[in-house]
Parts: sequence; C-alpha cells; structure tokens
Amino acid sequence: MLKNDGIITPEELTPVLPPLARLEKGPVAIIECLQDIPCDPCVSACPTKAIKMKEGITDKPLLDFAACTGCGLCIPKCPGLAIFVINMKHTAGMATVSMSHELLPVPEKGQEVTALDRAGKVVGKVKVVRVINPPAYDRTAVVTVEVPADQVNNIRAIRV
Amino acid sequence: MSRNTEVFVIGGGPAGLSAAHVAAKLGAKTLLVDDSARVGGQLIKQTHRFFGSSNRDAGIRGITIADKLQQDISEVADRLTVLENTAAVGFYHNKEAGILSQNAYERVTYQAAIVCTGATENSLTFENNDLPGIYGAGGVQTLMNVHGIKPGQKILMVGSGNIGLIVSYQLIQAGVEVVGLVEGMPTIGGYLVHASKIRRLGVPIHTSHTILKALGTEGVEGAVLCRVDEKFQPVPNTEFEIKCDCICLAVGLTPLIDLFQQAQCRMVHVGELGGLVPLHDSSMRTTNPDIFVAGDASGIEEATTAILAGRIAGARAYETIHGKSADADAIVAEAREELRTLRSGSTGERIRWGRERVLKEAGEC
Amino acid sequence: MTSLRIEKHPVLNFPERKTVKFYFEGKKYQGFEGEPIAAALHAAGIKTLRHSPQKNRARGFFCAIGRCSSCIMEVDGQINTMTCITPLKEGMQVKMQKGHGHIKP
Repeated sequence: MLKNDGIITPEELTPVLPPLARLEKGPVAIIECLQDIPCDPCVSACPTKAIKMKEGITDKPLLDFAACTGCGLCIPKCPGLAIFVINMKHTAGMATVSMSHELLPVPEKGQEVTALDRAGKVVGKVKVVRVINPPAYDRTAVVTVEVPADQVNNIRAIRV
Repeated sequence: MSRNTEVFVIGGGPAGLSAAHVAAKLGAKTLLVDDSARVGGQLIKQTHRFFGSSNRDAGIRGITIADKLQQDISEVADRLTVLENTAAVGFYHNKEAGILSQNAYERVTYQAAIVCTGATENSLTFENNDLPGIYGAGGVQTLMNVHGIKPGQKILMVGSGNIGLIVSYQLIQAGVEVVGLVEGMPTIGGYLVHASKIRRLGVPIHTSHTILKALGTEGVEGAVLCRVDEKFQPVPNTEFEIKCDCICLAVGLTPLIDLFQQAQCRMVHVGELGGLVPLHDSSMRTTNPDIFVAGDASGIEEATTAILAGRIAGARAYETIHGKSADADAIVAEAREELRTLRSGSTGERIRWGRERVLKEAGEC
Repeated sequence: MTSLRIEKHPVLNFPERKTVKFYFEGKKYQGFEGEPIAAALHAAGIKTLRHSPQKNRARGFFCAIGRCSSCIMEVDGQINTMTCITPLKEGMQVKMQKGHGHIKP
C-alpha cells in the first residue's frame, strides 16, 4: 500500500483514473496525488481550468476529465512529480505515457529506454516518442514513451 | 568596536531574510548576521520544487527561492547591512549583543532582535553510529548540492520524513545509489508523492524496520537492519545485512534555542514542534519583549511557513520601534491568512496542535 | 576508485574553480580553492579525519556546517580547526591531530 511502501495499489488508483469513454477520446491526465497536502501549482498550471480543489489548498486535486485536453502543461509543475498523461489512442495496441524526468541523461526522441513500474522493477524496453524540455520547464523534462496499451498504468518511470 | 542598529536579525535562512527584508522595507535600520559563508540557510541546498500555494513560491525550486530572497534584500540595501561569516554569540542586558567574525569580536546595540537560528539535526542510537561515513541529511545536502561532491557511491537512508525522502531523490539526481530507506514507524512519514518518486526509481522502503548497527571499523561498509514490532522493539531473527559505503540520518530536527535561553526567554517543551521552543505570541514576540523568533527556532516546520513567520516578526519588530503602522498590519494579516491555509488539512494537524499549545501558554488562545 | 566529484547534475551547475594543492599528513593532494578542507579530503577519498582522544574511534565529517566538531584537524599548525567550514588554500598543511592536539609554543 502507498503509505507503507510508496507503491500505489490498483485499488488506490481507481478513483483518479479517467472513465473508459474519456480514454477513447485521446490524451488525458492522471493525477496520482492521493493525500491532503498543502500544494496547488497544478490548479494554476491548467489552461482549461480542469483541476480544482474543493476545500482549498490542502485538499486533493480533482480533475474534470471532460475539460482536460491532455496537454500536459501540469506535468512539470507538480512538485511531487505525480502527474502523468496517458494516450490510449496512439496506435493500434500501443499507448503513450508522458512523465516528468529530472535525471541525467535526458533521453532523445527515438531512443530506446528501460521502462520501470511503480516499484522500480524493469518492465521492458520502450521507445521515446517526444521530449519537451524548454527553459520554462526549469530543468524538468517531460518525456513521452510508447508502451503496450496494457502497461499504460503500470509504467511510471524510465532508466536511460 | 560596536555597531548600532534598530532591528538586529540573527540567521539568514528563509525566516531571517524575510524578517530583515520586511523590517528594512518598512523603514527600520536593520543588521543581519549569519554564521555561514553565504546567506540562504538550507534553501541553497534544495534542488526540488516546493509545495505550498502558487501565490507564494510553490512549484519553484528551493535554490530559486533563495535567489529571490537575496534579490529582495538587495533592494533594501540602503537600510540593511548583511554580515556573513559572522555568528551572534550572546545577549547582554540593555539591548546589546555580541557578534564574532573571523576572530574579531564586536558589540551590537539594537532596539529589537529577531532570532532565526533554525535547527540542528537529530542523531540516532545504534552500534557504530560514530563511524566516518555516517552523516546528517543536512551534511549530505551541503556536500552534494553546495560543494558538488557525492557522500559515497551507495547510501542507506534512515528516516522517511520529507527530508529523508527528498534527500534520497537528490542523491539519485547526483548519481548516488540509494540502497534502501529505513523507517521505524509502520507508515511513511513524509508526503507520499515523494515516496512514490524514489520507489519507482528502485529504492526499497522498509517501514517497521530499524538499523541495528553499522558495519566497518575505519568507515562504513554496510548496515544490519531488522524488523521492529509495534513497540519499536527489534523482532528476533529478522536481521539482514545491506551493503553501503555511507549512511544518511534524516531522523528529525531540534530547534536551536541556546540564544533564547541565554537571553532568559521563557521556554516551553512542545513535542509537535521538535522540543524546547521559546514561548511566543502570534506576533512572534518571546517573553523578552525585545526579542522575536521566526522559522524552525520557533518550532520545526518548513521554508514557506518560515518565510511567512519571518514577515510577521519583521513587521512587528519594526512597529515596536516606529509605532503602529498600517503597512505592517497588512503584511501581518496577509501572512497569517497564508499560514492558516498552509497549516489546514490533515497533514498540518500536528503543527496546528503544537502552535495552539504555544499560543495557549502565551495566554492568547 | 571512482571520483566522488559530481561531473554533471540535472538541476545544478557547479562553477569552474581554481585547483590548488595541499598536503594531508605530508602527502600531496589537489582540491578546489575556497571549498571546505573536509570537502576536498572527502573528494580525495579520505573519510577518517581524526581519532577520538579516549577510545581512539575513527571520526569523519558529519554536520558540514561547523556545529558538531567531528571534523576538527590541525591546519597549518592550528589545532581544533573545523575543516568543514574552513576554506582550502594553496599549500595548506592538514594533519590529523593526536589526542586533544598540542598547542605549539
């Protein structure tokens, strides 16, 4: 369980997962922030105001899946590196996961990297399809990798 | 030699820099001393993005916040003097204090003092805990993020509070292998997003475990860990060895309070705040009416709340010299509201209890 | 032994500094001018900075901010120098102090 070992269980993840109908429509964010902590940069990072905190700053973020465009601007703003964007409509059988990457080296587009799950276990080799690392992101690169569709909520880090 | 100032700030971390900035900006002649070579306190070692409200520095890195605070104080340089490599060594009667820099001693005459001495790291009792290669988390951060030197190649982290989790991540960023994180409690103490961040990079988190001993004679060669029961007693036959060349202790902080005691401020022990703290009111004034406190010295919290408490202390210290001020009131009201929000919710519970106890003792609650 | 100096960092930049030589127990080493003596020793792989006066236990770097006294050494003849906050200079003679150290007359 998350509070014992830092690994989010599938049951713990369920409440923040987008509904299937939303996944059909393309990229969408998953905010894996499951604790009431005083933090809100994701709220102001969202250009469509899809992220809200009902009870103020110490509440958990609530994502309006219909309003989320999957643009990923919230990814590098999260101090907990807890926001991912998944795209189930990438190609047949394949999906993409976009995540923060603050380690060296930063991979390049087209490069093959090792995918890791929530426990840091090697899942396999995956291809990097996009790297965004502008000065505005202040040294937090956003890396998108192509993964088998059934691994989209299992792969959460890469080793370059 | 002696110096004369209106507001005398001791400590140039987030609390002290904010207090000095506000006091000088409102119009007080201010002197800030810091015993290190560079002001900024612990912020200069924080490579991670801060939590908190995006109205105030959340989402930006600690090192960037340190730069912002230094920019702030440079804007009031005509009224604010900063002395680095200078330690405050004690208070005299009649609003005088002694400062020591590079073996030169001076006296400072002040109207109001704001003491922001921060905290000192706790240690942990285990066999061989004095071996070279066992460091405090602050020491590791200084070595790695200020001086650019890794503490070792393989490190064991002890403590799962935010410091233990964040420093583990920083160690990975510096290229050090974190072989594990040990926590005596059954659950992780810090923010779970920080825990997930290191876990998915392969750091095993051993909750309900403790370190029994460090291995080695002239330096760390490994550690023996074991499981603990609900009373934190080692469970027999659960020992295992882990190989590492250094061990990092992130087992909490204790407020640095020697100066308050020496100035005969009334102290109160509040476990939620890290131990003995000077009794203070909501203006951050201690029982010695000329001495204020802000930051970790008033109770262990974090940099954002230290900045806000520093702003309150700076504004109120200005007022004790120059009289009531609407600008000062506005700064205090804004900072109090921000503190209230940051400390709300379940993660702020312990701090709220601790803060309420202090105010109750001070007769304000 | 692999160097402990961080060559590249994802967030931080470490500025170029002047290299100076210094002596530890008479042997020549290199470090960066202005960095703490203990940091230069650590980077050179020297972790034991002295032995405790009573039980002869190895002592190293600990707090890194001049608080704990674990790193005190004899520097250019001056005993009890806190090497974690004393800047390194060209030609410094750094020694492990014996026992409580001896003040030279």
